[in-house]
Amino acid sequence: MIVTRGLTKRYGRVVAVDSVDLDVRAGDRYGFLGPNGSGKTTLVRLLLGLVYATSGEIEVLGQPVPSRARAVLPSIGALVEGPAAYPHLSGRQNLVLLDAAGPGGRRRTRRRRIEDALEQVGLAGVDRRPVRAYSLGMRQRLGLAAALLRQPRLLILDEPTNGLDPRGIREIRDLLTTLNEGGTTVFLSSHLLSEVEALCTRVGIVDRGRLVVQDTLTSLRAPTGHVVVETPDAAAVVTILDGQVVAREGPRLVVRHPDPADLNATLVREGIRVSAISEERRTLEEVVLEVTGHGSDRLERTP
Amino acid sequence: MITVELRKLVARPRVWLSIILLCAVPALVAVLLAVSDIAPPPGQGGAFLSAVLSNGSLYPAAALAMVLPVFLPLAVAVYAGDAIAGEASTGTLRYLLVRPVGRPRLLSAKLVALVVYILLAVLIVVVTALVVGIALFGTGAEAVGQAGGVTSLSGASLGPAELALRLLAAIAYIAVSMLGFGTIALFFSTLSDSALGAALSSLAVLIASSILETLDAAAPLKPYLPTNYWLSWIDFFRDPILWHNVDRGLLLQAGYIVVFFGAAWANFGTKDITS
Repeated sequence: MIVTRGLTKRYGRVVAVDSVDLDVRAGDRYGFLGPNGSGKTTLVRLLLGLVYATSGEIEVLGQPVPSRARAVLPSIGALVEGPAAYPHLSGRQNLVLLDAAGPGGRRRTRRRRIEDALEQVGLAGVDRRPVRAYSLGMRQRLGLAAALLRQPRLLILDEPTNGLDPRGIREIRDLLTTLNEGGTTVFLSSHLLSEVEALCTRVGIVDRGRLVVQDTLTSLRAPTGHVVVETPDAAAVVTILDGQVVAREGPRLVVRHPDPADLNATLVREGIRVSAISEERRTLEEVVLEVTGHGSDRLERTP
Repeated sequence: MITVELRKLVARPRVWLSIILLCAVPALVAVLLAVSDIAPPPGQGGAFLSAVLSNGSLYPAAALAMVLPVFLPLAVAVYAGDAIAGEASTGTLRYLLVRPVGRPRLLSAKLVALVVYILLAVLIVVVTALVVGIALFGTGAEAVGQAGGVTSLSGASLGPAELALRLLAAIAYIAVSMLGFGTIALFFSTLSDSALGAALSSLAVLIASSILETLDAAAPLKPYLPTNYWLSWIDFFRDPILWHNVDRGLLLQAGYIVVFFGAAWANFGTKDITS
């Protein structure tokens, strides 16, 4: 779906994107993670032909970008750095104008497609007030509706849940999952770990313009070889499993052990009451903190 | 894309407000003249103003003479400066481009909308001035003895049909002059993400050009200044029409349109859109 090779973008002396080899496959829910200012938005702009690469290649839906962007863009729905609309027009008028502006938006089906898209994002009942009067969440939903207007094969979304409340975030996540099950590939760029962790199947992590990790979420969140046990008899466990307990914090113990079922059986046999037991997996947060540095919005004083 | 641009033009309150303000200036002058009945002596004050008291059908020409040097270019600069920079600052530019609308296509649609805006503005000014002029000053039938007759600047009398034709020619000439200037603003609009910056820069060009025009030392530059032949539309009201400056003015404006639209095309076509 999206392949880049050695993609680099320099703004003067600043390297915003540094030899990135991205590989997004058909059917992926791809989460593109990175600290603020790590080059996420620049990469999204490169993929859409808004910004021209300094070097490297981009292929989207099998076609080179930007040279064949005109052929590719009609099958892409995009949200780039926040939604935008003409403030003095209503949401529907905005969608009509946008749809009429380019190819692939049949006039006969336009009204129906607009209503469908508004329905999908939860704005079906919106009245004729101008976008100027919309809340941040409504604007975000309108931007998503614009991206969904022509049933795209690929969705490229930059921070799609910005400005939404927890319920709204959940709605949009469910919508994206449904669309993805219907065959739409979703490329989601975000700095919100929870967002990516809840939605995505594959993850790319970018740091200071470089793609440092690209893998499936399951293999990134591999078991650590530790088991977390909660028990009121913590002291007894420490004596039984001498040397295998890595950490103890009140009733909560971290035990070095390959198999929680096995460990549970052992403990029960010893008469220990186990209130909770689970395999310890790395959180996405740990993975990200391990591979990335500070975002470019933190500036230390140079001595 | 052109129809989309035209729909945006029509749906924009700002467009209509600017045109109403353009019409308000001549209307105010007309009312003041009618109430006080004091016309500027011939040869002084705005062009045609001394003649309008006796014949209201010449008032559109007087209205054009009033709005042309400052107000009309001001409106054109604001509109054309907003063309690309305005879309950039609302963020809609990136969504138009990924829709996708080709960059040359978008720029061309903006130029067409600019032409329509200029024609709309000038025509509405002329029509309201005609209505106001005739309502307040009459058609001058009693003075010349022949309904609708108007004395040309050269003294010979012009019939109403002849006058209408010349007025249309003057409107076309003014529109071309404004388009030459508007294209400069359009170019600035592709350079900046600030509509205000683009509009003010093009006004700076206008002011610089007007200053150089009055400077004797700048005489060799004079034939190339954008504002130099702007007032030559008055020559359409001479008898016979004085074509010399009109021809040169059209050629000069065509040059400005080609050069600055080409520059806008080259810049916008290769620019990184980071807005």
